Amino acid sequence: MELAQAHTDLPLLRRLRIADWLAAFALLGGGLFALARYGAYMDGYEKAILLASIPGFVYLAWSWAGLRNLMGGVALLALAGINLYHGDLARADHAFFLKFLLSSQTAIGWMCALFFMATGAFWLGLAARAEFADRVGTALTWSAVTAGLTGLLVRWYESYLIGADVGHIPVSNLYEVFVLFSLITGLLYLHYAGRYATRKMGAFVLPVISAAVGFLLWYTFSREAQEIQPLVPALQSYWMKIHVPANFVGYGAFALSAMLGVAWICASKGILADRLPSPEVLEDVMYKAIAVGFAFFTIATILGALWAAEAWGTYWQWDPKETWALIVWLNYAAWLHMRLTKGLRGAALAWWAVTGLLVTTFAFLGVNMVLSGLHSYGTL
Amino acid sequence: MKRSFARNLYELLSSMRFAISLLTLLAIASIIGTVLKQNEPYNNYLNQFGPFWFGLFEKLGLYGVYHASWFLAVLTFLVASTSLCIFRQGPQMLKEMRSFREHAQESSLRMFAHQASLGTTLPRDAAQQKTAAYLQSQGYRLRAAARPDGVLLAAKAGSWNRLGYLLAHTAIVTICIGGLADGDLPLKAQLLLGDKHVVSGSPAIADIPAESRLPASHWSYRGNIFLPEGRRSGNAILNISDGVLLQELPFNLTLKKFYVDYYSTGAPKRFASDVVIEDRASGERLERTIEVNKPFEYKGVTLYQASFEDGGTTLHLKAHSLTAGSNEVLPVDGVVGDAVKLMRRSEPLTLEVINFRPINVENLGTAEASAGTIENIGKHLGSAAKSGEKKDLHNVGPSMIFKLRDAAGQAREFHSYMQPILQEGRPFYMAGMREANAENFRYMRIPAFEGKLDAWFALRAVLTDPAARPAIARRFTATALKGDAVAETMRSKLAATAEQTLGLFAAGGYEALDQFIRKNVPQAEQEKAAGVFFKVLQGVAWDAWQLARERQQLKPLELTQENAAFVNDALNAVSDSFHYGAPVFLELNGFDEVKASVIQATRSPGKFIVYLGCALLIAGVCFMLYVHERRLFVLLKDGGEVLLAGSANRKTMAIDAEFARHSARIEQLLKEPDRGTGPSSH
Repeated sequence: MELAQAHTDLPLLRRLRIADWLAAFALLGGGLFALARYGAYMDGYEKAILLASIPGFVYLAWSWAGLRNLMGGVALLALAGINLYHGDLARADHAFFLKFLLSSQTAIGWMCALFFMATGAFWLGLAARAEFADRVGTALTWSAVTAGLTGLLVRWYESYLIGADVGHIPVSNLYEVFVLFSLITGLLYLHYAGRYATRKMGAFVLPVISAAVGFLLWYTFSREAQEIQPLVPALQSYWMKIHVPANFVGYGAFALSAMLGVAWICASKGILADRLPSPEVLEDVMYKAIAVGFAFFTIATILGALWAAEAWGTYWQWDPKETWALIVWLNYAAWLHMRLTKGLRGAALAWWAVTGLLVTTFAFLGVNMVLSGLHSYGTL
Repeated sequence: MKRSFARNLYELLSSMRFAISLLTLLAIASIIGTVLKQNEPYNNYLNQFGPFWFGLFEKLGLYGVYHASWFLAVLTFLVASTSLCIFRQGPQMLKEMRSFREHAQESSLRMFAHQASLGTTLPRDAAQQKTAAYLQSQGYRLRAAARPDGVLLAAKAGSWNRLGYLLAHTAIVTICIGGLADGDLPLKAQLLLGDKHVVSGSPAIADIPAESRLPASHWSYRGNIFLPEGRRSGNAILNISDGVLLQELPFNLTLKKFYVDYYSTGAPKRFASDVVIEDRASGERLERTIEVNKPFEYKGVTLYQASFEDGGTTLHLKAHSLTAGSNEVLPVDGVVGDAVKLMRRSEPLTLEVINFRPINVENLGTAEASAGTIENIGKHLGSAAKSGEKKDLHNVGPSMIFKLRDAAGQAREFHSYMQPILQEGRPFYMAGMREANAENFRYMRIPAFEGKLDAWFALRAVLTDPAARPAIARRFTATALKGDAVAETMRSKLAATAEQTLGLFAAGGYEALDQFIRKNVPQAEQEKAAGVFFKVLQGVAWDAWQLARERQQLKPLELTQENAAFVNDALNAVSDSFHYGAPVFLELNGFDEVKASVIQATRSPGKFIVYLGCALLIAGVCFMLYVHERRLFVLLKDGGEVLLAGSANRKTMAIDAEFARHSARIEQLLKEPDRGTGPSSH
């Protein structure tokens, strides 16, 4: 299996196309516009986060054309949605495009449907060795991510329409972070599928996203969890904007690596071996995903500690969520040690990555369901 | 022999096996700490586990795992092990980082995982120059070493990877040291040595003895300051296992005002305390507002908005007697957190006010019938501002929870609202009661008339007063027969029925009537009899109300649908009041609210060590995972033979691909005639 590496010979700046520069100017313009128009409502940290995110997004757009196009598409859709509202929430119930496409619940509903369809397409591709089905699966995954991201952005706007004091970034409760988790896992999958020029991992990665989507639907229909709630005082902080997304890059990457672990185990037992990417590719992506996840999880945990120091008066107090974050961190630290310094490979690492998902899931969900503590925003 | 033991110990402590074992132990201990609720009152554990396990777990320190000596010992070993590991590997790593290995033997180059044998027709100098320029353009640093048969170009990139290792491991040590510095190790030592003692229970601050007080110079602590509005404190309370210590602060703190703001949904939006800080040494005086997520630091002590409580609100109450026939009202004042004796002639009662809430937002919406699938999906489209359920949020006003304790010490808990709440369109005062904490409150609904309770109490007094019965019965027969010329026997029979009904109802509500019917009426006629009794009761109650009004010198009322509904609701409430479990009903008539803020005071000088460690950790992890150390050796032999060899301390596909790329490019370069250098020619 070849690495898609046509671009890696040239330094980044010399690879840029017109679209890249347009994206950069749009991001810069958008960021500065937001600062000029809403700066008065932000504190210094929030301004710093906004300004720092401009080069961050530019870098992402430049290094991955797919993501650049996604940003463009989502920006247009979200702005269209916002524009259709005319500042009136009730329009979501009668304006056609809002009701059936762009309002947050509808867009997230589309995301759910598209992720299910993508899973089906990848399975069909795997069962029938149909390259075309895999292409459809990839397109559906991109569409799902577009719909979900649009939904989250429009949700952000809707929260401000409820009331200026209610408005907040949609990463504040279990419902919102499940959408985020689905999006990030989807994006990470698309990234590695592009880098390794293979669409054969989708049949294994998409099911974990579908499981998250299934939970999301249950959470919506039986618990009415989708309703935007105002922030409790403990969450009113700029830290939330960075702590939560960083954490979910970690969770998403760990979930992805676990699913590749499953694929590796299947392939090593001869199941579907000839329909999957080579074990080397699976193992390489598994390592890459855990490395990304570990780096982000480290940063997220440290950001959490800094936030805790500001909100609760101590950077670490062995709250169940903190403790389980430490256990997850130790687990993957040991995994990386084993691979990097002991040179461990193969089945042990694959099984370990799969087990890692159980630990991660407990830290993510189990702690909220079973144990009580300070992170009670996500109770079921 | 002794030396080799020291050596073995060193080997063991600095080995990765040992470090991993420690980490596993740490993980397991941490899991125990999350499964078993930490730092609860010891009684809870005793109830949960029974005396045997309680004692064992206590010895193991499982009620405060993260502060247990053995846990701290594991951490200390981890610090030692990681330090030794750095000490053991560090110098080697730094050497590796600096070295180019330009004196590598050809034979060893031939052992490398990546290699290629190439050839060139270029002169050696030109070949060397071109190769060097290419490698530099690819981010490699290199050194050339001449050797008898040619020249070896030793190039490397990504040496910071090794630095990453050192940084990450130094970070672990730094974080642990910072954490231990902020932990309660010194305090534990003092407690063990007997210098200090914890006080159990919750004593008044003045009663805490000197050996349970810690000076303001104490290195690191975390305690709570309970401050009612208008009060001042210079101490924080530290909770240590099963008791408390008093921590002196370098300043006095006065709470001027505590605020809670609410969203329209009734959820709290902001907790804030206006405080005055007075420095004891310098006399400096500062006014600040402390909010959640917005702490304030003064002299190394950080003050946080931790929580809030009632600071002793005075409730102005009216105690309505529930004794039969009595409409007595006594004014009483109760203070939240205090007990007060209710002066009642017959039985002494103690009122303990537990809690007062100035605002209660409740959802008065009614559940809708479940919809079909399509309709249900449709309900969940659109904006996320709405819920699929109908909501109708209202602030139903202040409420209180209190206990009434009788002479025997038995107590029941009560929950009352200050204002009536609309139910089915009619206003009711909700009065809840429960026998035990684990139960839910059961509510009696007292109907309000003209927004007040008085009508019901007046009606209840007359209804349950045996002396009023003949008068009511007279009124009842007069209204019922409306001056019809009926026999006196008939009239007196009806009056007797009315009196009997009243008597039964006054003795035990609907239940007493029901029992009477079951006992005295043949089964076939029970239902009919119940209907008659109920009708009579309603009529009698109406006349009782009119009688009560007459005694209060109020105008008689017209029998409207609304008034009839009141009579019905009033009868229900009277019947329920026999189960209220208290001889008085306390009506909340007014209050003077005093709020209290709980401010947390923290001193953690180890914080900055931990933050430094965090910064090192992030840098270390990024270097370790995202900087790959690669070495490329190009041996240019005088005869035109070229050996390319490469190594990396990671094995990934990206690195395999990179070698393949470099190998191809160098082969191409060495074949081309000399027309400038650099990789951009493609």
